[in-house]
Amino acid sequence: MKFARVIGTLVATRKYTGLEGVKFLVIQPLDKHRQPDGEPIIAADATRQAGPGELVFVVASREAALALNPPFVPVDQAIVGIVDDVDDAPPTDDTDTATWLRRDSGD
Amino acid sequence: MLLAKVVGTVVAAQKSDRLDGLKLLIIEPIDPQGKPLGGYRVAADAVGAGIGEVVLFASGSSARQTAATENRPTDTAIMAIVDIIEVAGSTTYHKGDEAPEAGLAADSAQDAFEGGAR
Repeated sequence: MKFARVIGTLVATRKYTGLEGVKFLVIQPLDKHRQPDGEPIIAADATRQAGPGELVFVVASREAALALNPPFVPVDQAIVGIVDDVDDAPPTDDTDTATWLRRDSGD
Repeated sequence: MLLAKVVGTVVAAQKSDRLDGLKLLIIEPIDPQGKPLGGYRVAADAVGAGIGEVVLFASGSSARQTAATENRPTDTAIMAIVDIIEVAGSTTYHKGDEAPEAGLAADSAQDAFEGGAR
């Protein structure tokens, strides 16, 4: 799952069966510093409550469809949470999982 | 999902048996402002899209979650036809309002392919 910022909305009346009533939003994916990362994409809103300007987290790939009802629909990006608060500083470039694991093993 | 403009159709008489009856379209991925992202894709059509329309497509195994593409060797499926895109409070796309060159670009792309086949 990744952070993204909702930047817009999309209206489509002709949708694949099962996607009626699903809201689509234009989102800007964010990197670990919560800065824009790549091109904006379109995601289905599984929370049904996200809106422009909000920080959300998004699940990609086939698992995205599992957040919707019915679940087996052709969706590859879904907003699964609206972020209220992030409780730590964004990681710096020199923290990675490997360093963290080494510290844990007691070296 | 990504946005794309439908720019052409593909006809293939010789293909995998599992692709029989599938409508294939050439799509050009675009950003929400309509700027091409570069490159083209061949997509299976699950909603009845036509040339010049702006559509939404799903990639990867999600593309197989339609009746038209289930259990078929496809990785890109058109699953919605876009009517309106709004970014940062302003409408960037409204179906029917697109500039005339949008339709012409699709036509000229098709002409170029037809010219090559002659």
